[in-house]
Amino acid sequence: MSILVNKDTRLIVQGFTGSQGTLHSQQAIEYGTNIVGGVTPGKGGQMHLDRPVFDSVEEAVSKVEPNASIIFVPAKFCKSSILEAANAGIKLIICITEGVPTLDMLYVKKKIDELGVRLIGPNCPGVITPGEAKLGIMPGSIHMPGSIGIISRSGTLTYEAVKQTTDLGLGQSSCVGIGGDPIPGSSFIDMLKLFQEDDQTKAIVMVGEIGGTAEESAAEYIKNNVTKPVISYIAGQTAPSGKRMGHAGAIIAGGKGTAEEKIKKLKECGVHVADNLVSIGSKVAEVLE
Amino acid sequence: MNLHEYQGKQLFADYNLPVSKGEVIFDAKDAVDACNRIGGQKWVVKAQVHAGGRGKSGGVELIDLPESARDFANKWLGNRLVTYQTDSKGQPVSSILIEACTEIKSELYLSAIIDRDSQKIVFIGSSEGGVNIEDVAKNTPEKIIYEGIDPDVKDVENHAINIGKVLKLNEDQMKQFIPMVDNLMRLFIEKDLSLLEINPLVINDKDDLHCLDAKINIDSNALFRQPELVEMYDESQEDPQEAEAARSDLSYVSLDGNIGCMVNGAGLAMGTMDTIKFYGGNPANFLDVGGTATQERVAKAFKIILKDPEVSVVLVNIFGGIVRCDLIAEGVVSAIKEVGISVPVVVRLEGNSAEKGAQILNESDIKVESINNLAEAAKKAVELSQ
Repeated sequence: MSILVNKDTRLIVQGFTGSQGTLHSQQAIEYGTNIVGGVTPGKGGQMHLDRPVFDSVEEAVSKVEPNASIIFVPAKFCKSSILEAANAGIKLIICITEGVPTLDMLYVKKKIDELGVRLIGPNCPGVITPGEAKLGIMPGSIHMPGSIGIISRSGTLTYEAVKQTTDLGLGQSSCVGIGGDPIPGSSFIDMLKLFQEDDQTKAIVMVGEIGGTAEESAAEYIKNNVTKPVISYIAGQTAPSGKRMGHAGAIIAGGKGTAEEKIKKLKECGVHVADNLVSIGSKVAEVLE
Repeated sequence: MNLHEYQGKQLFADYNLPVSKGEVIFDAKDAVDACNRIGGQKWVVKAQVHAGGRGKSGGVELIDLPESARDFANKWLGNRLVTYQTDSKGQPVSSILIEACTEIKSELYLSAIIDRDSQKIVFIGSSEGGVNIEDVAKNTPEKIIYEGIDPDVKDVENHAINIGKVLKLNEDQMKQFIPMVDNLMRLFIEKDLSLLEINPLVINDKDDLHCLDAKINIDSNALFRQPELVEMYDESQEDPQEAEAARSDLSYVSLDGNIGCMVNGAGLAMGTMDTIKFYGGNPANFLDVGGTATQERVAKAFKIILKDPEVSVVLVNIFGGIVRCDLIAEGVVSAIKEVGISVPVVVRLEGNSAEKGAQILNESDIKVESINNLAEAAKKAVELSQ
């Protein structure tokens, strides 16, 4: 088992023929991901990377029966691309693009929740189940099949955690980059729930960073719902607080959001906190002993 | 992207929100004429900077002679205003807003922000406006209302009434307040705001609602569809090095240490700073060259880092995902040759083509320490910085 994606995933790529879409589709195919086609409006009927191109997601759905979509279109088109996939009946959408306007995501999030669609991202490296399917831009070579579930808000920081668990021979069940945007499609909690239910996952690594209250909420959820060991690292422990405008941000944060506050809350809720980026792997090994 | 108060008030006026009659000046010689055009006997002069806390720092004054506006402008234009919301250098003042004075009966607080938790636009309101609103929120949370509104809401009336009750508005004020919330909501959505704050929103001597301040922040990701707001950008309010970095798509924040950092990805950049501190060093900056770092960006990043005279060693930490480490290594070599770096450089390459990258560094004729292990690389940088 694993979460979200596996060798049975039938993937389409929105923004298939663009430079990013092409590069990462090629790498995903080499990794063994089952890409069944792609969508680029106006290029329907062509073949690209030996796969059919369609004008719309709806057409792709009727012709090649995908069950997941990955999005590489420019930020200004992401809202309509995500909604197009959701309305066409795709239940797992991964949006890699960064720079999507926050208000667009407010609308999108409400809509996909109503439709029961799982969205990962935007502004994320994607999802990988090592040895089975790579739906994203992460380097496949640092992963290995194994027992650690990894969730992270940051791209390259995820790779760091992955590399450390690979070097220790533990490997990963699945790795999910939920993205660093204010309104992500999925939260830490959504992924913790899936990893808790997944037989292959023996421990969960949650890589957070300063800002927002996602880690605090996740800590509370872990205390009440997660029985597997959770290891966390919070980036930004030494980041200075920047200059600011007005009071609304401080009022709504209510003192939360700092690394100190997050680490305190995580520890209170029984999470094992790695005190340093380079000791994530060793902390996992220590907890599993 | 932040706006100045006078720009925010232009938007307020466009959306039929009650603001004072006023003019912005960029030159002290225009102050007296501006006062005379505005009319009346009393004016408020306000230094325009992207920060709050101006009143406590002398950046806002009440005057009753037009000549005093000129004196105020002479005092502030070209100087920097330091408030508790700025850093110790303060923000440069290049414009002054002059407004007709408003007689105040009471001060309220109203703001709107995108709330990550509830995933709504949340209006925050309180009957206790003015400078100490954060204390009010902390000590008497019952005096603050958080009213979440969906972005696709059709009718805000009930939300407005909920907020208006906490603001203790009377019947007439409530009649003004309902369309006000509707207009603020339209402004927030149509202009892609991420923050809107009116502190204070006041009840004036005619018992009417009036906006005395305007703080507006626009979602930078949405600027592609807000061309008229892009025109309002005031680069002078940003740190010059940060602004230069931003023009090259680099995210840079200057800090007070001596270890220059160049990292790909914001999370890893913060993690690298944490690691340096963990081993007893002090980072000179945060610098994210982006997930798709190129040779050109690496060269640009070196130049920006080395403008800081405190930097005594540079630590490069690249985890190649999309980006190939051998290309980064070539970028490092050519940047060092081009810029002529006199401080030691420690490079840690991992991921995509990392071994080939390390080989390029080792075989080059420049002096760099290539260390594959992050902990070892950080320790080395700390050692060289001392």
